[in-house]
Amino acid sequence: MKQPEIPISPSKYIKRYLKRCITGPISLLMGLSVTLRYFFNPKRIITEQYPENKKTLKMHPRYRGCLELIEDENDENLCTACGLCEKACPNASINILKTKNIAGKKVLGQYLFHLGSCTQCGLCIEACPFGAIRMNQEFELSSESVDSFDLILNKKEGRG
Amino acid sequence: MMIPSVPHPLGDWVRQMIPIPELAFLANALICIIAICAVAIGSAPILIYMERKVCAHIQCRLGPMRLGYRGTLQTIADVMKLLFKEVYAPSGADKFVFYLAPMIVLVAPFLVLAMIPFDHNLQVSNLSVGIPFVIAVNGFGILAILIGGWASNNKYSLLGALRSGAQMISYEISFALVLLFVVMVSGSASLMEITLSQSGTILDWWIFKIPVLGFLAFIMFFISSIAELNRAPFDIAEAEQELTGGYHTEYNGTAFAMFYLAEYINLITISSLASTCFLGGFFPPLIGVEAVDTILLKVPGFLWFAGKVVLMIWAYMMVRWTFVRPRVDQLMALEWKFLLPFNLLLLALGAVYIAF
Repeated sequence: MKQPEIPISPSKYIKRYLKRCITGPISLLMGLSVTLRYFFNPKRIITEQYPENKKTLKMHPRYRGCLELIEDENDENLCTACGLCEKACPNASINILKTKNIAGKKVLGQYLFHLGSCTQCGLCIEACPFGAIRMNQEFELSSESVDSFDLILNKKEGRG
Repeated sequence: MMIPSVPHPLGDWVRQMIPIPELAFLANALICIIAICAVAIGSAPILIYMERKVCAHIQCRLGPMRLGYRGTLQTIADVMKLLFKEVYAPSGADKFVFYLAPMIVLVAPFLVLAMIPFDHNLQVSNLSVGIPFVIAVNGFGILAILIGGWASNNKYSLLGALRSGAQMISYEISFALVLLFVVMVSGSASLMEITLSQSGTILDWWIFKIPVLGFLAFIMFFISSIAELNRAPFDIAEAEQELTGGYHTEYNGTAFAMFYLAEYINLITISSLASTCFLGGFFPPLIGVEAVDTILLKVPGFLWFAGKVVLMIWAYMMVRWTFVRPRVDQLMALEWKFLLPFNLLLLALGAVYIAF
């Protein structure tokens, strides 16, 4: 697309030219000041030397690793087996198997999570109305067998 | 250092040992060639390592860390990989010219390196027309890029070569004009004479000696030499994002390594040119205080020279990894509408400075 030529008077042109002679170097120096600050400040480096610093490595708080149920010290979870996370999951990585407790109330039986198809999008966490699930900082999740990617997240039956 | 005009202990010793002057001259010439090759080829891997580290630290990374102590052996491994690769040309390429280009590209930096005075008596050849020679020889770089791009039988290579030809021919003018400014104020075109004209304290260097003009001339030299080096922000020839490497898209293995080597030797030669013309060459930065100056004078001149060259190279790297590439038309506008008029003005003001 050709832009229409806007006629410009010589005095305006020279004014713009001189203005650019001043503003151009200033903007370049501003960019250079940023890179110089980065260059002389080794603390800003965020690269991790992974296998060597395995002991001290600390993941970022918002890192999304493997899905897990938030459990207290008695392995009790907050899940009510409502199934909203199952519906929210875009690639069906979550299966919630419901069961009935002694009182005949519908509770969580097994929280099945297929890590192999999970994309760590975090939609299930957003969908959960009770704040029962989160993604932990675990990232060494590779395994030699496919079966080990099908996880049962809850250790105990839900309380309803 | 070895030809009769430049006395040097090693050269004198060779001349003493070999009675026939012609043979002694040949032996000295051989030593010169080996020395220049050692300096150029030996420093290229160090520069590549430095570039990777500087670039990494600017981008908050660490750079190569695994091979050797903090990745020092990484570039050697890379060079080995390049040398053992199969060399082949694309079908339809002009084979002779295709393989000629990487050889021509190495001519200019080596010839310029022979002109550089590294110390009082450490210079291969003291030409009285040093600066015109440097400007003339730099044309080989453009030639290599043009024929390399043309012989590749690839539209990206050809586009890159054409763009780079236009760019380098344009920027050669301001490059030559700034060097002409230095020649004018120092009164000699020989690089040794230019260096010797800057003896004294740090304020006698051409960058500081002429009040504001020296610094402005240095900035002009810096800009036009980046374009001469074909480095970012003026890497129109390579333009990796648009042209997938420009003129050396089709090169691989040793031929590509030679283009890569030439880029870094060029970096050394242009940086040494900058330190010779503006930063006082091999003279230490004396500040006029007796106690400090005696210590500074104890350091040999070639170490001061190397320090200045490394500083210049670092400056080139900072610029490369900070600034964005201008469009082709913006690049041309910068040269013809800004640098060239400014350089002519600078030249006139320099003449006024000499007159008064």
